[in-house]
Parts: sequence; structure tokens; C-alpha cells
Amino acid sequence: MAPPVFPLLLALSAAGVAAAQEPPTWRRAELVSQVRNDCGSCHGMRLTGGLGPPLTREALADKPVPSLAATIYHGRAGTPMPGWRSLLSEAEAHWIAEQLVSGFPETAK
Amino acid sequence: MRRRELLAWLGLSPAALLLGGHAGANANAAAKPIGTGDLGVVVERARGALALVNTSTRSVLAEIGGLGDLSHASVVFSRDGAVAYVFGRDGGLSKVNLLTRQIEARVMQAGNSIGGAISADGTLVAAQNYTPGGIKVFDAGTLAQLADIPARDERGGLSRVVGLADLPGRRFIFSLFDAGQIWIADLSDSGNPQITKLVDAGRQPYDALLTSDGRYYIAGLFGEDGLALVDLWDESPRIRRILSGYGRGEQPLPVFKMPHLRGWAVAGRHAYLPAIGRHEVLVVDTASWLEVDRIPVAGQPVFVMARPDGRQVWVNFAVPDYDRVQVIDTVSRRVVRSLSPGKAVLHMEFTPRSEAVWISARDANHVVVIDTLNFRVLAELDIDAPSGVFFTSRATRMGL
Repeated sequence: MAPPVFPLLLALSAAGVAAAQEPPTWRRAELVSQVRNDCGSCHGMRLTGGLGPPLTREALADKPVPSLAATIYHGRAGTPMPGWRSLLSEAEAHWIAEQLVSGFPETAK
Repeated sequence: MRRRELLAWLGLSPAALLLGGHAGANANAAAKPIGTGDLGVVVERARGALALVNTSTRSVLAEIGGLGDLSHASVVFSRDGAVAYVFGRDGGLSKVNLLTRQIEARVMQAGNSIGGAISADGTLVAAQNYTPGGIKVFDAGTLAQLADIPARDERGGLSRVVGLADLPGRRFIFSLFDAGQIWIADLSDSGNPQITKLVDAGRQPYDALLTSDGRYYIAGLFGEDGLALVDLWDESPRIRRILSGYGRGEQPLPVFKMPHLRGWAVAGRHAYLPAIGRHEVLVVDTASWLEVDRIPVAGQPVFVMARPDGRQVWVNFAVPDYDRVQVIDTVSRRVVRSLSPGKAVLHMEFTPRSEAVWISARDANHVVVIDTLNFRVLAELDIDAPSGVFFTSRATRMGL
């Protein structure tokens, strides 16, 4: 998990938190693939739901981004949703939440 | 030998072959019938296709597409091993003939589906669904719907169904994730199913397995430390809780992927089961159902599968440890080998007599065939984003 840290630190020092919330292109591709595949094992590769609820734009219409980001980062007690903080930064969780509410991109192949 | 050289050697021109086309292929098939015992399929989850494979030649024979969303797809086989029933995530149920390589029937039976089962007599195919929660039963020949069994509990809500397995006598057993119950549906009269409900199975059963003799059904619980056991040879089967408190009250580790229980997890007299939120495999004596050992492993176990002869148990893991596979020797009950077959190992399937295991590595876009005696790589097949691997030998086994 070492690679993500260095570019992220650079971004933080160079342009502050706003820039950090937009991961670099290579990392965005990784995150998209992680969401489709790893989140997809419960939420479905098409994010239409499974053991976890659907994560489509329609399903998330009334969900605020910060609360989604918190669920991704910290998990949700009492449900199978784990916190992903060992695999993501907080800024990355926020970026994923933003993508989900606006319709998640397809995996770039 | 290149294709053109091969054709020249055969005394054929490419045009002759083209003109021959399908008629030639069919004539060939008729002239040289093949058995189904060494066939299998690998799910290409992203492409919505199956790779048809041969486990003797260790090769891909064909690709069969048009099967919809195959993330988390599973497959059961007809008794003759010639037909694969494919359950897609999107609720699609397809009947695929492995000999003609054609889709013979296909229905969209639910909004969100998670797998299925086939009755012991091969006449009924059942699908387990998340949306709408319940099971539906189909004629194995035509895929005409015969029964719809909503998983509605006393509170009136529909429950997502997991852990569906066939039982002797046109019966199916399954677990209700939301309601925490286990139901047995008897379809002796397929239009009038009789349901036996076992309540208080425990919080959030997430998957289940049936032992190969059909006697014990074991459901894993996500919502509590322990598993639910049903002895189906009892006159009136009931729930018994086993391994209660195996987590010893410790804070569970995050579970990035739910373990899967279906498959062969029983080796000799011991059952090998994934712990939830612990990097351990639990070993249970199937005579007493008490824990006899726990084996530390490399991550959160997903599949814990006994080699058919029971000499080894192979384990794969949830992200971020999903590039690894570990092998437990069942005599010493210790990990004897750690392998790295590729990134994102999703599934493993043994050949019927145990000599080889096929392991799918989704992000490596290959399936690796490994000799289970010396761990040598026997073959590496290029298959696009492979997930489930299913061999026709499942056709003869209860609970698969």
C-alpha cells in the first residue's frame, strides 16, 4: 500500500485539500476498478445491489456525499459494510462518494 | 503449425473450409461424439460469457456469450453433464448446451439473483433471489416457471435468500439473510410446494453448505459468532448453534468480501470453515460439532475447499490478500504451501479425482491449472476476467 502515499502527500502540500480530493489519473483508474470489483462483490459489478444495497445514482439520490464518504471510510456498525480505511484515504473515499452520486464511471480498460 | 500450413497439409484451401462451414462442424460432431465427464465452464464475468473448457486437454474449446451480467454468476449441471444452467446477477437464468454450444432457453426471472440449485432427479432448477427475495422453481427442460416461493417472514417483509442447496426427494433448503431463518421447500408436487420453516437460525446467515451425504446443512452467520447446523436425518430437523463465540469477543477485522461456504469443506471427519473477521480457518469435528483446531491463514478466507479426496484444503482470500492461495494439509492441519497464482483469485475447482486444481485470477486474466501433489503449474489459460470455475462432475454431487 506504499505507492498511493507519496503522490497524495505531494498533492496535499502543493495544492491543499481540494486538489487532494481529486486523485491522480492512474489512481482514479484503480479506484474505479476497486469499486466495480471489490465493492461489487456485495453491491454488484453494475452496482445494482446484492447483499449490500444498490449504489446507482437513482438509489443514492437523497444521500449526502459526506455521509456516503464516511460510510465508505469508517464502515457501518451493525451491518456487513466494512470500513475501507486500510485501503483508501479519506479524500479517496470522498471522491468515490462524489462519483457514485453522479453515476459511477465504467472501468477504464 | 499455423492455420494455413495445417490446411495445406490437409489438402484443403481456406475457401473449402469456409464453404464447409457449420455443416462440416456438425458432421464432425456426429462422427465423433464426445463425453461430458471432462468438460467444464469458466465464467467470464465482465463479458457475460462462459469459456467452455476441457479438463483433460486443459484447453478452452469455445466461448458462449449473451448471458447478461455474470458478476457473481454460478452454474449447476444436468445429470448427463451436457447442460449448464447459468444464474446471472441480473436475474437471467440460461440453459446452455455444452455439446452444441448453444443457449437452449433463457428467462429473466428476477431483478437480482445470487445462484441456484438442481433437484436430485434433474427435473427442477431453483434460483435464489435477492430481489424479489425468495426462490423460484423452473422446469429443467423448458425453464417454464413451476413455483414462486417468496421469502416472506412473519413481519411481512421479503428476505434475501442465500445458501440454496438441493436435498433428496425434490426438496430444496435455503437461508433467509434478513429474517434469520432456514426453510425447506418440498416440491414433490411442484405446483403446490410444502414449506417447513426453521426460525431463529441466528443473525444474518450469509451462505451455507450441505455435506456431501446430504445429512448436515451448515449456515454461516455474519451477525453473530457461530454457525447454524441442521441435521436433516432427524425426523423433525431443528437448528442447532455450533461454534458459538469463536471470535472470543475480540474486535473482528473488517470483512472485505463475504466468505462462500458452498463447496467441499469436509475432509475426513473434520469440517474446515472460514472464520468471519478473523484470519483463521476453524476446524470442527463432525461427530461432536466441537471446535478441535483453528489454523492461522494469510487473510480473510473466502473459499475453504477440501480436495475431493480430503487430503488437502485450499483457501483463498478477500482483498487485499487475494493474490494468494494457501494449502492446508489435513493430517498435520497446518498450512504447507502458499501460492501466488495471480491477482484477484476468485475461485478454485478440483478435477474429480483430485489431481489438479483450476484457479481463476480475475485481474491476471488467466486460469492456472496446478498439480495438487507437487504444486507445479500444468497450464495457464488466457480467459478474460475469470470468476467461477465449474466442472460437470458437480452433476453427480448433492449440494452442488
